[in-house]
Amino acid sequence: MSDAQTANALLSVRDLNGWYGESHVLHGVDFDVQEGEVVTLLGRNGAGKTSTLLAIMGILGKRTGAVTYNGAETIAMAPRQIARLGIAICPEERGIFAALNVDENLMLPPRIADGGLDLERIFELFPNLRERRRSQGSKLSGGEQQMLAIARILRTGAHLLLLDEPTEGLAPVIVQQIGRTIAALKKEGFTIVLVEQNFRFAASVADRHYVVDQGRVVDMIPNRELDANMDKLHAYLGV
Amino acid sequence: MFELLGIPPQALLGQLLLGLINGSFYAVLSLGLAVIFGLLNIINFAHGALYMMGAFVAWMLLNYAGIGYWPALILAPLIVGVFGIVLERLLLSRLYHLDHLYGLLLTFGLALIIQGLFRNYYGISGLPYRIPDALAGGYNLGFMFLPKYRAWVVVASLVVCFGTWFMIEKTRLGAYLRAATENPVLVGAFGVNVPLLIMLTYGFGVALAGFAGVLAAPIYSVNPNMGADLIIVVFAVVVIGGMGSIMGSILTGYFLGLIEGLTRVFYPEGSAVVIFVIMALVLLVKPEGLFGRAT
Repeated sequence: MSDAQTANALLSVRDLNGWYGESHVLHGVDFDVQEGEVVTLLGRNGAGKTSTLLAIMGILGKRTGAVTYNGAETIAMAPRQIARLGIAICPEERGIFAALNVDENLMLPPRIADGGLDLERIFELFPNLRERRRSQGSKLSGGEQQMLAIARILRTGAHLLLLDEPTEGLAPVIVQQIGRTIAALKKEGFTIVLVEQNFRFAASVADRHYVVDQGRVVDMIPNRELDANMDKLHAYLGV
Repeated sequence: MFELLGIPPQALLGQLLLGLINGSFYAVLSLGLAVIFGLLNIINFAHGALYMMGAFVAWMLLNYAGIGYWPALILAPLIVGVFGIVLERLLLSRLYHLDHLYGLLLTFGLALIIQGLFRNYYGISGLPYRIPDALAGGYNLGFMFLPKYRAWVVVASLVVCFGTWFMIEKTRLGAYLRAATENPVLVGAFGVNVPLLIMLTYGFGVALAGFAGVLAAPIYSVNPNMGADLIIVVFAVVVIGGMGSIMGSILTGYFLGLIEGLTRVFYPEGSAVVIFVIMALVLLVKPEGLFGRAT
Protein backbone atom coordinates (compact mmCIF):
# COMPACT_ATOMS: atom_id res chain seq x y z
CA MET A 1 0.00 0.00 0.00
CA SER A 2 1.21 3.51 -0.75
CA ASP A 3 2.60 5.88 1.84
CA ALA A 4 0.00 8.47 0.87
CA GLN A 5 -2.72 6.02 1.82
CA THR A 6 -1.05 5.35 5.16
CA ALA A 7 -0.66 9.03 5.88
CA ASN A 8 -4.38 9.62 5.42
CA ALA A 9 -5.52 6.54 7.25
CA LEU A 10 -7.95 7.06 10.13
CA LEU A 11 -6.72 3.83 11.71
CA SER A 12 -3.27 2.48 11.06
CA VAL A 13 -2.09 -0.83 12.52
CA ARG A 14 1.61 -1.73 12.25
CA ASP A 15 3.40 -4.85 13.43
CA LEU A 16 0.69 -5.49 16.02
CA ASN A 17 1.57 -8.43 18.25
CA GLY A 18 -0.89 -9.70 20.81
CA TRP A 19 -1.03 -12.23 23.62
CA TYR A 20 -4.02 -13.88 25.14
CA GLY A 21 -2.67 -14.96 28.51
CA GLU A 22 0.46 -16.94 27.71
CA SER A 23 -0.37 -17.67 24.10
CA HIS A 24 0.94 -15.42 21.35
CA VAL A 25 -2.01 -14.94 18.99
CA LEU A 26 -1.13 -11.94 16.79
CA HIS A 27 2.20 -12.02 14.97
CA GLY A 28 2.60 -8.63 13.35
CA VAL A 29 -0.75 -7.46 11.97
CA ASP A 30 -0.55 -4.59 9.43
CA PHE A 31 -3.47 -2.77 7.88
CA ASP A 32 -5.04 0.64 7.35
CA VAL A 33 -8.58 1.92 7.37
CA GLN A 34 -9.49 5.15 5.60
CA GLU A 35 -12.01 7.65 6.89
CA GLY A 36 -15.54 6.57 5.93
CA GLU A 37 -14.58 3.07 4.76
CA VAL A 38 -16.13 -0.26 5.63
CA VAL A 39 -13.34 -2.80 5.85
CA THR A 40 -13.67 -6.47 6.73
CA LEU A 41 -11.26 -8.89 8.30
CA LEU A 42 -11.85 -12.31 6.76
CA GLY A 43 -10.24 -15.54 7.82
CA ARG A 44 -10.69 -18.98 9.28
CA ASN A 45 -11.74 -19.65 12.84
CA GLY A 46 -8.82 -18.87 15.12
CA ALA A 47 -6.96 -16.80 12.51
CA GLY A 48 -6.80 -13.82 14.87
CA LYS A 49 -9.67 -11.61 13.61
CA THR A 50 -11.39 -11.15 16.97
CA SER A 51 -8.03 -10.82 18.73
CA THR A 52 -7.13 -8.01 16.31
CA LEU A 53 -10.29 -6.07 17.26
CA LEU A 54 -9.70 -6.67 20.97
CA ALA A 55 -6.09 -5.55 20.60
CA ILE A 56 -7.12 -2.33 18.82
CA MET A 57 -9.49 -1.64 21.72
CA GLY A 58 -6.74 -2.45 24.22
CA ILE A 59 -8.61 -5.32 25.88
CA LEU A 60 -6.52 -8.24 24.68
CA GLY A 61 -4.17 -9.38 27.45
CA LYS A 62 -1.03 -7.70 26.11
CA ARG A 63 -0.08 -5.96 22.87
CA THR A 64 2.96 -4.42 21.19
CA GLY A 65 3.51 -2.61 17.91
CA ALA A 66 1.75 0.54 16.74
CA VAL A 67 -1.95 1.38 16.55
CA THR A 68 -2.54 4.99 15.54
CA TYR A 69 -5.98 6.52 15.40
CA ASN A 70 -6.44 9.96 13.92
CA GLY A 71 -2.69 10.48 14.30
CA ALA A 72 -2.58 9.50 18.00
CA GLU A 73 -0.49 6.50 19.07
CA THR A 74 -2.65 4.37 21.37
CA ILE A 75 -0.39 1.41 22.13
CA ALA A 76 0.35 2.52 25.71
CA MET A 77 -3.19 3.72 26.48
CA ALA A 78 -5.78 2.11 28.76
CA PRO A 79 -8.97 0.88 27.03
CA ARG A 80 -11.01 3.73 28.50
CA GLN A 81 -8.62 6.29 26.99
CA ILE A 82 -8.78 4.57 23.60
CA ALA A 83 -12.58 4.63 23.81
CA ARG A 84 -12.46 8.36 24.53
CA LEU A 85 -10.60 8.96 21.25
CA GLY A 86 -13.67 7.73 19.38
CA ILE A 87 -13.33 3.96 18.95
CA ALA A 88 -16.17 1.69 20.04
CA ILE A 89 -16.56 -2.07 19.98
CA CYS A 90 -19.51 -4.39 19.50
CA PRO A 91 -18.08 -7.66 20.81
CA GLU A 92 -18.71 -11.10 19.39
CA GLU A 93 -20.59 -12.27 22.47
CA ARG A 94 -22.55 -8.99 22.21
CA GLY A 95 -21.95 -8.07 25.84
CA ILE A 96 -25.53 -7.14 26.69
CA PHE A 97 -25.76 -6.60 30.44
CA ALA A 98 -28.35 -9.00 31.83
CA ALA A 99 -29.00 -6.91 34.94
CA LEU A 100 -29.81 -3.80 32.88
CA ASN A 101 -32.90 -3.16 30.79
CA VAL A 102 -32.75 -2.12 27.14
CA ASP A 103 -32.81 1.60 27.92
CA GLU A 104 -30.07 1.25 30.51
CA ASN A 105 -27.93 -0.83 28.14
CA LEU A 106 -28.49 1.74 25.42
CA MET A 107 -27.58 4.70 27.64
CA LEU A 108 -24.64 2.99 29.36
CA PRO A 109 -21.68 3.97 27.16
CA PRO A 110 -20.84 7.57 28.08
CA ARG A 111 -20.88 10.27 25.39
CA ILE A 112 -17.34 10.94 24.32
CA ALA A 113 -17.91 13.52 21.56
CA ASP A 114 -20.63 15.37 19.70
CA GLY A 115 -22.10 13.91 16.57
CA GLY A 116 -23.58 10.63 17.84
CA LEU A 117 -26.98 9.55 16.59
CA ASP A 118 -29.95 10.66 18.66
CA LEU A 119 -32.35 8.11 20.11
CA GLU A 120 -35.01 8.86 17.49
CA ARG A 121 -32.59 7.97 14.68
CA ILE A 122 -31.43 4.84 16.53
CA PHE A 123 -35.02 3.62 16.91
CA GLU A 124 -35.55 4.35 13.21
CA LEU A 125 -32.67 1.97 12.45
CA PHE A 126 -33.80 -0.61 15.02
CA PRO A 127 -37.60 -0.32 15.40
CA ASN A 128 -37.73 -3.59 17.40
CA LEU A 129 -35.80 -1.99 20.24
CA ARG A 130 -38.33 0.79 20.73
CA GLU A 131 -40.99 -1.66 21.87
CA ARG A 132 -38.63 -3.42 24.24
CA ARG A 133 -37.15 -0.46 26.09
CA ARG A 134 -38.25 -1.73 29.53
CA SER A 135 -37.24 -5.37 28.91
CA GLN A 136 -34.36 -6.85 30.84
CA GLY A 137 -31.20 -7.49 28.78
CA SER A 138 -31.41 -11.19 29.62
CA LYS A 139 -34.89 -11.44 28.07
CA LEU A 140 -33.92 -10.39 24.54
CA SER A 141 -33.65 -12.67 21.52
CA GLY A 142 -30.28 -13.09 19.80
CA GLY A 143 -31.25 -10.66 17.05
CA GLU A 144 -32.46 -8.04 19.52
CA GLN A 145 -29.27 -8.40 21.54
CA GLN A 146 -27.21 -7.87 18.41
CA MET A 147 -29.19 -4.78 17.43
CA LEU A 148 -28.84 -3.38 20.94
CA ALA A 149 -25.10 -4.08 20.96
CA ILE A 150 -24.72 -2.05 17.75
CA ALA A 151 -27.26 0.60 18.74
CA ARG A 152 -25.60 1.53 22.02
CA ILE A 153 -22.29 2.48 20.39
CA LEU A 154 -23.98 4.81 17.89
CA ARG A 155 -25.09 7.54 20.29
CA THR A 156 -21.75 8.14 22.00
CA GLY A 157 -20.06 10.16 19.25
CA ALA A 158 -17.59 7.33 18.54
CA HIS A 159 -16.53 7.43 14.91
CA LEU A 160 -14.74 4.12 14.32
CA LEU A 161 -16.92 1.07 15.00
CA LEU A 162 -15.39 -2.37 15.50
CA LEU A 163 -18.11 -4.95 14.79
CA ASP A 164 -17.27 -8.56 15.61
CA GLU A 165 -19.39 -11.04 13.62
CA PRO A 166 -22.68 -9.16 13.92
CA THR A 167 -24.49 -11.78 11.81
CA GLU A 168 -23.35 -14.87 13.69
CA GLY A 169 -26.19 -17.26 14.44
CA LEU A 170 -28.94 -14.93 13.26
CA ALA A 171 -31.90 -15.58 10.95
CA PRO A 172 -31.49 -14.44 7.31
CA VAL A 173 -34.09 -11.69 7.66
CA ILE A 174 -32.15 -10.19 10.59
CA VAL A 175 -28.86 -10.57 8.74
CA GLN A 176 -30.41 -8.48 5.94
CA GLN A 177 -31.55 -5.87 8.42
CA ILE A 178 -28.05 -5.62 9.85
CA GLY A 179 -26.64 -5.35 6.32
CA ARG A 180 -28.96 -2.42 5.61
CA THR A 181 -27.98 -0.86 8.92
CA ILE A 182 -24.26 -1.04 8.12
CA ALA A 183 -24.92 0.59 4.73
CA ALA A 184 -26.91 3.33 6.49
CA LEU A 185 -24.13 3.87 9.04
CA LYS A 186 -21.59 4.22 6.23
CA LYS A 187 -23.82 6.93 4.73
CA GLU A 188 -23.93 8.66 8.13
CA GLY A 189 -20.14 8.86 7.92
CA PHE A 190 -19.10 6.10 10.34
CA THR A 191 -15.91 4.15 9.64
CA ILE A 192 -16.34 0.44 10.25
CA VAL A 193 -14.06 -2.55 10.74
CA LEU A 194 -16.11 -5.70 10.43
CA VAL A 195 -15.04 -9.21 11.35
CA GLU A 196 -16.97 -11.77 9.32
CA GLN A 197 -17.07 -15.47 8.58
CA ASN A 198 -19.90 -15.01 6.12
CA PHE A 199 -18.16 -13.45 3.15
CA ARG A 200 -21.29 -13.22 1.04
CA PHE A 201 -22.52 -10.83 3.70
CA ALA A 202 -19.10 -9.13 3.84
CA ALA A 203 -19.13 -8.62 0.06
CA SER A 204 -22.51 -6.92 0.25
CA VAL A 205 -21.37 -4.18 2.67
CA ALA A 206 -17.60 -3.66 2.46
CA ASP A 207 -15.20 -1.55 0.42
CA ARG A 208 -12.15 -3.70 1.03
CA HIS A 209 -11.31 -7.04 2.59
CA TYR A 210 -8.22 -7.97 4.55
CA VAL A 211 -7.45 -11.67 4.81
CA VAL A 212 -6.13 -12.73 8.21
CA ASP A 213 -4.27 -16.00 8.68
CA GLN A 214 -2.22 -17.25 11.63
CA GLY A 215 -2.14 -13.87 13.34
CA ARG A 216 -1.10 -11.82 10.27
CA VAL A 217 -2.78 -9.94 7.45
CA VAL A 218 -1.80 -11.95 4.37
CA ASP A 219 -3.74 -10.20 1.60
CA MET A 220 -5.99 -7.29 0.73
CA ILE A 221 -8.76 -7.58 -1.85
CA PRO A 222 -10.84 -4.56 -2.93
CA ASN A 223 -14.51 -5.47 -3.04
CA ARG A 224 -14.81 -4.73 -6.78
CA GLU A 225 -12.08 -7.31 -7.48
CA LEU A 226 -13.67 -9.93 -5.28
CA ASP A 227 -15.10 -12.00 -8.14
CA ALA A 228 -11.74 -12.19 -9.88
CA ASN A 229 -10.12 -13.37 -6.66
CA MET A 230 -12.68 -15.96 -5.64
CA ASP A 231 -10.35 -18.94 -6.07
CA LYS A 232 -7.65 -17.31 -3.99
CA LEU A 233 -10.15 -16.39 -1.31
CA HIS A 234 -11.56 -19.91 -1.19
CA ALA A 235 -8.03 -21.20 -0.68
CA TYR A 236 -7.47 -18.73 2.21
CA LEU A 237 -10.72 -19.51 3.91
CA GLY A 238 -10.55 -23.22 3.22
CA VAL A 239 -14.16 -23.44 2.07
CA MET B 1 -54.57 -8.78 77.43
CA PHE B 2 -54.38 -11.77 75.12
CA GLU B 3 -51.67 -14.33 75.43
CA LEU B 4 -50.05 -16.34 72.66
CA LEU B 5 -48.92 -19.86 73.58
CA GLY B 6 -48.51 -18.66 77.13
CA ILE B 7 -46.24 -15.79 76.12
CA PRO B 8 -47.32 -12.32 77.29
CA PRO B 9 -47.55 -9.93 74.34
CA GLN B 10 -45.18 -7.43 75.97
CA ALA B 11 -42.41 -10.02 75.92
CA LEU B 12 -43.24 -11.06 72.37
CA LEU B 13 -43.30 -7.52 71.02
CA GLY B 14 -40.23 -6.56 73.00
CA GLN B 15 -38.25 -9.41 71.50
CA LEU B 16 -39.58 -8.67 68.02
CA LEU B 17 -38.41 -5.08 68.40
CA LEU B 18 -35.02 -6.28 69.56
CA GLY B 19 -34.94 -8.64 66.58
CA LEU B 20 -35.80 -5.78 64.26
CA ILE B 21 -32.94 -3.71 65.73
CA ASN B 22 -30.48 -6.56 65.21
CA GLY B 23 -31.97 -7.07 61.77
CA SER B 24 -31.29 -3.41 60.97
CA PHE B 25 -27.59 -3.93 61.62
CA TYR B 26 -27.56 -7.22 59.71
CA ALA B 27 -29.22 -5.52 56.75
CA VAL B 28 -26.91 -2.48 56.57
CA LEU B 29 -23.80 -4.61 57.00
CA SER B 30 -24.75 -7.42 54.62
CA LEU B 31 -25.80 -4.82 52.05
CA GLY B 32 -22.29 -3.33 52.15
CA LEU B 33 -20.74 -6.79 51.84
CA ALA B 34 -22.96 -7.62 48.85
CA VAL B 35 -22.13 -4.37 47.04
CA ILE B 36 -18.40 -4.88 47.63
CA PHE B 37 -18.42 -8.53 46.65
CA GLY B 38 -20.41 -7.85 43.50
CA LEU B 39 -17.95 -5.39 42.02
CA LEU B 40 -14.63 -6.18 43.70
CA ASN B 41 -14.92 -9.93 44.01
CA ILE B 42 -13.64 -9.50 47.56
CA ILE B 43 -15.19 -11.07 50.62
CA ASN B 44 -14.60 -8.15 52.94
CA PHE B 45 -13.78 -9.75 56.28
CA ALA B 46 -12.66 -6.33 57.55
CA HIS B 47 -16.30 -5.22 57.50
CA GLY B 48 -16.83 -5.90 61.21
CA ALA B 49 -13.67 -4.04 62.16
CA LEU B 50 -14.74 -1.06 60.05
CA TYR B 51 -18.16 -1.09 61.73
CA MET B 52 -16.33 -0.99 65.08
CA MET B 53 -14.20 1.87 63.72
CA GLY B 54 -17.37 3.80 62.89
CA ALA B 55 -18.46 3.55 66.53
CA PHE B 56 -14.99 4.51 67.79
CA VAL B 57 -14.69 7.46 65.42
CA ALA B 58 -18.04 8.74 66.76
CA TRP B 59 -16.75 8.30 70.32
CA MET B 60 -13.46 10.06 69.48
CA LEU B 61 -15.23 12.92 67.72
CA LEU B 62 -17.30 13.46 70.87
CA ASN B 63 -14.55 13.02 73.44
CA TYR B 64 -11.59 14.63 71.65
CA ALA B 65 -13.30 17.24 69.49
CA GLY B 66 -16.65 17.80 71.18
CA ILE B 67 -18.51 16.86 68.00
CA GLY B 68 -21.86 15.29 68.84
CA TYR B 69 -23.96 12.46 67.51
CA TRP B 70 -25.67 14.15 64.57
CA PRO B 71 -22.54 15.49 62.83
CA ALA B 72 -20.82 12.18 63.66
CA LEU B 73 -23.55 10.33 61.81
CA ILE B 74 -22.23 11.97 58.64
CA LEU B 75 -18.55 12.47 59.55
CA ALA B 76 -17.72 9.02 60.93
CA PRO B 77 -18.90 7.14 57.81
CA LEU B 78 -16.93 9.61 55.67
CA ILE B 79 -13.79 9.06 57.72
CA VAL B 80 -14.20 5.27 57.66
CA GLY B 81 -14.96 5.46 53.92
CA VAL B 82 -11.75 7.38 53.23
CA PHE B 83 -9.82 4.88 55.35
CA GLY B 84 -11.38 2.12 53.23
CA ILE B 85 -10.35 3.89 50.02
CA VAL B 86 -6.76 4.03 51.27
CA LEU B 87 -6.90 0.27 52.00
CA GLU B 88 -8.36 -0.37 48.55
CA ARG B 89 -5.73 1.67 46.71
CA LEU B 90 -2.76 0.35 48.69
CA LEU B 91 -3.71 -3.29 49.21
CA LEU B 92 -6.95 -4.69 47.80
CA SER B 93 -6.39 -3.39 44.26
CA ARG B 94 -3.47 -5.80 43.93
CA LEU B 95 -5.70 -8.83 44.47
CA TYR B 96 -8.51 -8.45 41.93
CA HIS B 97 -7.02 -10.92 39.46
CA LEU B 98 -6.62 -13.60 42.15
CA ASP B 99 -9.04 -16.07 43.75
CA HIS B 100 -11.59 -14.82 46.35
CA LEU B 101 -9.60 -16.57 49.01
CA TYR B 102 -6.74 -14.05 48.86
CA GLY B 103 -9.05 -11.09 49.43
CA LEU B 104 -10.66 -12.93 52.31
CA LEU B 105 -7.29 -13.68 53.92
CA LEU B 106 -6.02 -10.13 53.46
CA THR B 107 -9.15 -8.50 54.88
CA PHE B 108 -9.24 -11.03 57.73
CA GLY B 109 -5.67 -10.02 58.60
CA LEU B 110 -6.59 -6.34 58.36
CA ALA B 111 -9.52 -6.92 60.71
CA LEU B 112 -7.23 -8.53 63.29
CA ILE B 113 -4.74 -5.64 63.05
CA ILE B 114 -7.41 -2.93 63.35
CA GLN B 115 -9.10 -4.68 66.27
CA GLY B 116 -5.73 -5.30 67.92
CA LEU B 117 -4.77 -1.64 67.68
CA PHE B 118 -8.03 -0.47 69.26
CA ARG B 119 -7.77 -3.13 71.96
CA ASN B 120 -4.26 -1.95 72.74
CA TYR B 121 -5.27 1.69 73.21
CA TYR B 122 -8.81 1.42 74.58
CA GLY B 123 -8.97 -1.97 76.32
CA ILE B 124 -11.90 -4.32 76.08
CA SER B 125 -14.18 -3.07 78.81
CA GLY B 126 -16.12 -0.84 76.42
CA LEU B 127 -16.66 2.92 76.37
CA PRO B 128 -20.02 4.57 76.99
CA TYR B 129 -21.70 6.68 74.33
CA ARG B 130 -24.78 8.62 75.38
CA ILE B 131 -28.01 8.56 73.45
CA PRO B 132 -28.50 12.06 71.94
CA ASP B 133 -30.96 14.18 73.94
CA ALA B 134 -33.48 14.40 71.14
CA LEU B 135 -33.79 10.61 71.11
CA ALA B 136 -33.73 9.95 74.85
CA GLY B 137 -36.82 8.49 76.48
CA GLY B 138 -39.53 6.67 74.63
CA TYR B 139 -43.17 6.27 73.75
CA ASN B 140 -45.68 4.38 75.79
CA LEU B 141 -47.74 2.55 73.20
CA GLY B 142 -50.10 1.08 75.79
CA PHE B 143 -49.10 -2.50 75.12
CA MET B 144 -45.36 -1.83 75.26
CA PHE B 145 -42.69 0.80 75.84
CA LEU B 146 -40.86 1.88 72.65
CA PRO B 147 -37.52 3.61 73.29
CA LYS B 148 -37.14 6.50 70.84
CA TYR B 149 -33.56 5.64 69.96
CA ARG B 150 -34.46 2.08 68.96
CA ALA B 151 -37.24 3.34 66.72
CA TRP B 152 -34.73 5.76 65.18
CA VAL B 153 -32.26 2.92 64.45
CA VAL B 154 -34.93 0.99 62.56
CA VAL B 155 -36.05 4.05 60.58
CA ALA B 156 -32.51 5.21 59.78
CA SER B 157 -31.42 1.77 58.61
CA LEU B 158 -34.52 1.41 56.43
CA VAL B 159 -33.86 4.79 54.82
CA VAL B 160 -30.20 3.97 54.18
CA CYS B 161 -30.92 0.46 52.86
CA PHE B 162 -33.67 1.50 50.48
CA GLY B 163 -31.78 4.63 49.46
CA THR B 164 -28.85 2.42 48.51
CA TRP B 165 -31.15 0.02 46.70
CA PHE B 166 -32.66 2.91 44.74
CA MET B 167 -29.26 4.30 43.84
CA ILE B 168 -28.01 0.96 42.57
CA GLU B 169 -31.13 -0.23 40.77
CA LYS B 170 -32.62 3.00 39.44
CA THR B 171 -29.90 5.53 38.67
CA ARG B 172 -27.30 5.93 35.94
CA LEU B 173 -24.44 5.58 38.41
CA GLY B 174 -26.06 2.36 39.62
CA ALA B 175 -26.31 1.13 36.03
CA TYR B 176 -22.53 1.58 35.69
CA LEU B 177 -22.08 -0.37 38.89
CA ARG B 178 -24.37 -3.23 37.83
CA ALA B 179 -22.78 -3.36 34.38
CA ALA B 180 -19.24 -3.34 35.78
CA THR B 181 -20.25 -6.14 38.17
CA GLU B 182 -21.13 -8.25 35.12
CA ASN B 183 -18.38 -7.27 32.69
CA PRO B 184 -15.83 -4.71 33.92
CA VAL B 185 -13.64 -5.08 30.82
CA LEU B 186 -16.40 -4.07 28.43
CA VAL B 187 -17.54 -1.18 30.64
CA GLY B 188 -13.94 0.07 30.59
CA ALA B 189 -13.84 -0.31 26.80
CA PHE B 190 -16.82 2.07 26.61
CA GLY B 191 -14.71 4.76 28.25
CA VAL B 192 -15.84 4.43 31.88
CA ASN B 193 -13.15 4.73 34.55
CA VAL B 194 -13.73 1.35 36.18
CA PRO B 195 -10.86 1.53 38.73
CA LEU B 196 -12.38 4.78 40.05
CA LEU B 197 -15.80 3.14 40.20
CA ILE B 198 -14.33 0.23 42.16
CA MET B 199 -12.55 2.54 44.58
CA LEU B 200 -15.69 4.57 45.27
CA THR B 201 -17.78 1.41 45.64
CA TYR B 202 -15.45 0.03 48.28
CA GLY B 203 -15.43 3.42 50.02
CA PHE B 204 -19.22 3.47 49.97
CA GLY B 205 -19.64 -0.13 51.19
CA VAL B 206 -17.24 0.55 54.02
CA ALA B 207 -18.95 3.86 54.86
CA LEU B 208 -22.16 1.85 55.30
CA ALA B 209 -20.36 -0.23 57.92
CA GLY B 210 -19.15 2.97 59.59
CA PHE B 211 -22.69 4.32 59.60
CA ALA B 212 -23.97 1.15 61.27
CA GLY B 213 -21.20 1.58 63.83
CA VAL B 214 -22.38 5.09 64.75
CA LEU B 215 -25.96 3.84 65.02
CA ALA B 216 -24.76 1.06 67.31
CA ALA B 217 -22.61 3.23 69.57
CA PRO B 218 -25.38 4.36 71.97
CA ILE B 219 -27.00 0.89 72.15
CA TYR B 220 -24.07 -1.45 72.48
CA SER B 221 -21.02 -0.16 74.29
CA VAL B 222 -18.17 1.01 72.04
CA ASN B 223 -15.86 -1.96 72.18
CA PRO B 224 -12.99 -3.21 69.97
CA ASN B 225 -14.67 -6.62 69.70
CA MET B 226 -18.14 -5.39 68.77
CA GLY B 227 -17.53 -6.01 65.08
CA ALA B 228 -15.90 -9.41 65.45
CA ASP B 229 -18.94 -10.67 67.35
CA LEU B 230 -21.36 -9.39 64.77
CA ILE B 231 -19.56 -10.14 61.52
CA ILE B 232 -19.87 -13.93 61.82
CA VAL B 233 -23.65 -13.65 62.00
CA VAL B 234 -23.65 -11.12 59.16
CA PHE B 235 -21.72 -13.53 56.94
CA ALA B 236 -24.31 -16.20 57.70
CA VAL B 237 -26.97 -13.67 56.66
CA VAL B 238 -25.13 -13.03 53.40
CA VAL B 239 -24.83 -16.75 52.69
CA ILE B 240 -28.56 -17.22 53.35
CA GLY B 241 -29.56 -14.26 51.16
CA GLY B 242 -27.12 -15.00 48.37
CA MET B 243 -24.15 -12.84 47.47
CA GLY B 244 -25.51 -11.41 44.26
CA SER B 245 -28.66 -9.59 45.27
CA ILE B 246 -28.97 -6.10 46.78
CA MET B 247 -32.63 -6.38 47.76
CA GLY B 248 -32.01 -9.97 48.86
CA SER B 249 -29.35 -8.96 51.35
CA ILE B 250 -31.58 -6.20 52.79
CA LEU B 251 -34.67 -8.37 53.21
CA THR B 252 -32.70 -11.31 54.56
CA GLY B 253 -31.07 -9.05 57.15
CA TYR B 254 -34.39 -7.83 58.62
CA PHE B 255 -36.03 -11.24 58.27
CA LEU B 256 -33.30 -13.07 60.15
CA GLY B 257 -33.25 -10.43 62.88
CA LEU B 258 -36.97 -11.08 63.42
CA ILE B 259 -36.49 -14.87 63.34
CA GLU B 260 -33.81 -14.52 65.97
CA GLY B 261 -36.14 -12.41 68.11
CA LEU B 262 -38.96 -14.93 67.81
CA THR B 263 -36.62 -17.76 68.74
CA ARG B 264 -35.62 -15.85 71.84
CA VAL B 265 -39.28 -15.86 72.91
CA PHE B 266 -40.23 -19.42 72.11
CA TYR B 267 -36.95 -21.27 72.54
CA PRO B 268 -34.35 -18.96 74.11
CA GLU B 269 -31.66 -21.66 74.13
CA GLY B 270 -31.76 -21.74 70.33
CA SER B 271 -31.50 -18.02 69.68
CA ALA B 272 -27.72 -17.99 69.35
CA VAL B 273 -27.67 -20.73 66.74
CA VAL B 274 -30.93 -20.34 64.84
CA ILE B 275 -29.33 -18.27 62.05
CA PHE B 276 -26.64 -20.88 61.53
CA VAL B 277 -29.21 -23.68 61.44
CA ILE B 278 -31.09 -21.74 58.76
CA MET B 279 -27.82 -21.21 56.90
CA ALA B 280 -27.13 -24.95 56.91
CA LEU B 281 -30.64 -25.70 55.65
CA VAL B 282 -30.46 -23.08 52.90
CA LEU B 283 -27.06 -24.38 51.79
CA LEU B 284 -28.53 -27.89 51.54
CA VAL B 285 -31.60 -26.85 49.56
CA LYS B 286 -30.49 -23.79 47.59
CA PRO B 287 -26.71 -23.39 47.74
CA GLU B 288 -26.73 -20.07 45.83
CA GLY B 289 -28.85 -18.49 48.60
CA LEU B 290 -32.51 -17.44 48.79
CA PHE B 291 -32.07 -14.49 46.40
CA GLY B 292 -28.82 -15.53 44.71
CA ARG B 293 -28.46 -16.27 41.04
CA ALA B 294 -27.13 -19.72 40.21
CA THR B 295 -23.75 -19.41 38.57
